[in-house]
Amino acid sequence: MNMSAYLQAFVGILFRELLRFVHQRTRFFSALVRPLVWLAVFAAGFRAALGISIIQPYDTYITYEVYIAPGLCAMVLLFNAMQSSLSMVYDREMGSMRVLLMSPLPRSYLLLCKLIASALVALPQVYAFLAIAWFFGVEPPPSGYLLAAPVLLLTGLMLGGLGLFISSFIRQLENFAGVMNFVIFPMFFLSSALYPLWKMQEAGEWLYTLCRLNPFTHAVELIRFTLYGQWHGEAIGIVTGCTLLFVSAAIVAFNPQRGFMRARNS
Amino acid sequence: MILRRYRFALALLTAGALCSTQALAAIAYVSNEKDDSLSLIDLDTLEVINTIEVGQRPRGITFSKDFSLLYICASDDDTVQVMDVASGKIVHELPSGADPEQFSLHPDNQRLYIANEDDALVTVVDTDSRTVVAQIDVGVEPEGMAVSPDGSVAVNTSETTSMLHWIDTATHELIDNTQVDQRPRHVEFSKDGSTLWASAEIGGTVSVIDVASREIRHTLRFPIRGIHPDKVQPVGIKLTDDGRYAFVALGPANHVAVVDANSFEVLDYLLVGRRVWHLEFSPDQSLLLTSNGMSGDVSVIDVDNLKVRKSIKVGRYPWGIAVKP
Repeated sequence: MNMSAYLQAFVGILFRELLRFVHQRTRFFSALVRPLVWLAVFAAGFRAALGISIIQPYDTYITYEVYIAPGLCAMVLLFNAMQSSLSMVYDREMGSMRVLLMSPLPRSYLLLCKLIASALVALPQVYAFLAIAWFFGVEPPPSGYLLAAPVLLLTGLMLGGLGLFISSFIRQLENFAGVMNFVIFPMFFLSSALYPLWKMQEAGEWLYTLCRLNPFTHAVELIRFTLYGQWHGEAIGIVTGCTLLFVSAAIVAFNPQRGFMRARNS
Repeated sequence: MILRRYRFALALLTAGALCSTQALAAIAYVSNEKDDSLSLIDLDTLEVINTIEVGQRPRGITFSKDFSLLYICASDDDTVQVMDVASGKIVHELPSGADPEQFSLHPDNQRLYIANEDDALVTVVDTDSRTVVAQIDVGVEPEGMAVSPDGSVAVNTSETTSMLHWIDTATHELIDNTQVDQRPRHVEFSKDGSTLWASAEIGGTVSVIDVASREIRHTLRFPIRGIHPDKVQPVGIKLTDDGRYAFVALGPANHVAVVDANSFEVLDYLLVGRRVWHLEFSPDQSLLLTSNGMSGDVSVIDVDNLKVRKSIKVGRYPWGIAVKP
């Protein structure tokens, strides 16, 4: 097996992801509308017109819109990752998964390709959101946009790995609503996406601890710091560690024939 | 093509401006009302480089015209302290009358016009002989103080009487009063001396007054989306020398209004720290500093692109700002 076969497989999977994305125009639309609704409606209602006290990495007082923008970038990645794992369940049900796995390449490589492809597809969605957010006064430095790209990709991979791992436990497509309830919402709300962590600490120590344990919090902070050109070593370490953990767990747990639970039982 | 040439010229100008500030390293002196100290901010690095202990409750501060001396209203010591800028030591005090709050140095670099909040007086002090030249009766709770660029009139605001008092600097007599909105706090002359801008804290307005007729030409209001009108309390005002912008500090509204000084249109509101009161430019007017009392910091506004660049922590309750090139 030479390199070109690996490359060909990756290009094929990426192309398939792109095709799926382009064909589902409503998906792009909803991926964009979701964070924009948060920005335009939720942030406006909560609009701390008097500003949020200075926190790292910001140099001065910021409006609530500016505060939640990085969290909404992470939200785009989160939904994309979960939707991508939803498509894995769909593929498994429809049998197209078997076509993919008929390739002589190792399954772990194919799954990794699938994760990278799905994270790459999320990037234009995030940048489209940031472009519109600019008109809401979210104006990070130009270099921040560039620096954020690898960080967004890493976060996309981490969430994709988690999504794929979870999808191993889902037997049928309908169960995905549960993912929404038990994964997406808690991850998003129990993080620093909507409120700074010190606010959470004021509300309760246990809430603060939950937020600190949530890898999504560290992903949001990593995006926030990078977007404003600052280094956040702790967040990079945690997000990288979680990415490795989730991706390997997903690869180990994934079974194209049946759900993970049934495979264990049989 | 024209646009490109214009941009190039602009780039050259800003580059030149940058070089000049770097060579000079201007320093902003900020009086901390509750800490009885001054914080010194390097305007290149935008960091506090020193803190100097001064008298009790320092509020208004201003430099002598040659920047060798700094006058400080030490309100709770009922005196104006004079600091030697080179050594940072208080060299003597001036007989200011009780509770001096704001003052203005006459263009002759000699006479200091001081508002005595508790005594309904304006005290004129000769800074050379350190004697009181005159005391003029004005309205209740005098606060704002300005001397016209040509030095012919001094204007004082009295907070409770809601009036501007026009004082002839030759005779030291009250020549006229102008009624403005409730609780006028600050007055500022345009560079050519033709207009006077006066802020009214409770009224929530800024009156633009024609100096020749001493009548109000225009009244500015500051409705900010999402902020209760009661919180909009204009205090500090600064006008750019090129006559383009006026900046108005809106107190507990935590914003600085950017006003087109010609059309009187409010162009933007810039978010700064809590309870912003007074403003000062850097020497080249590329930066505007704001003292944010409640949050204890100074926000730095980039005048060219009208963005807040940074907020710098200083002492408790920063009040006045003076900049030395």
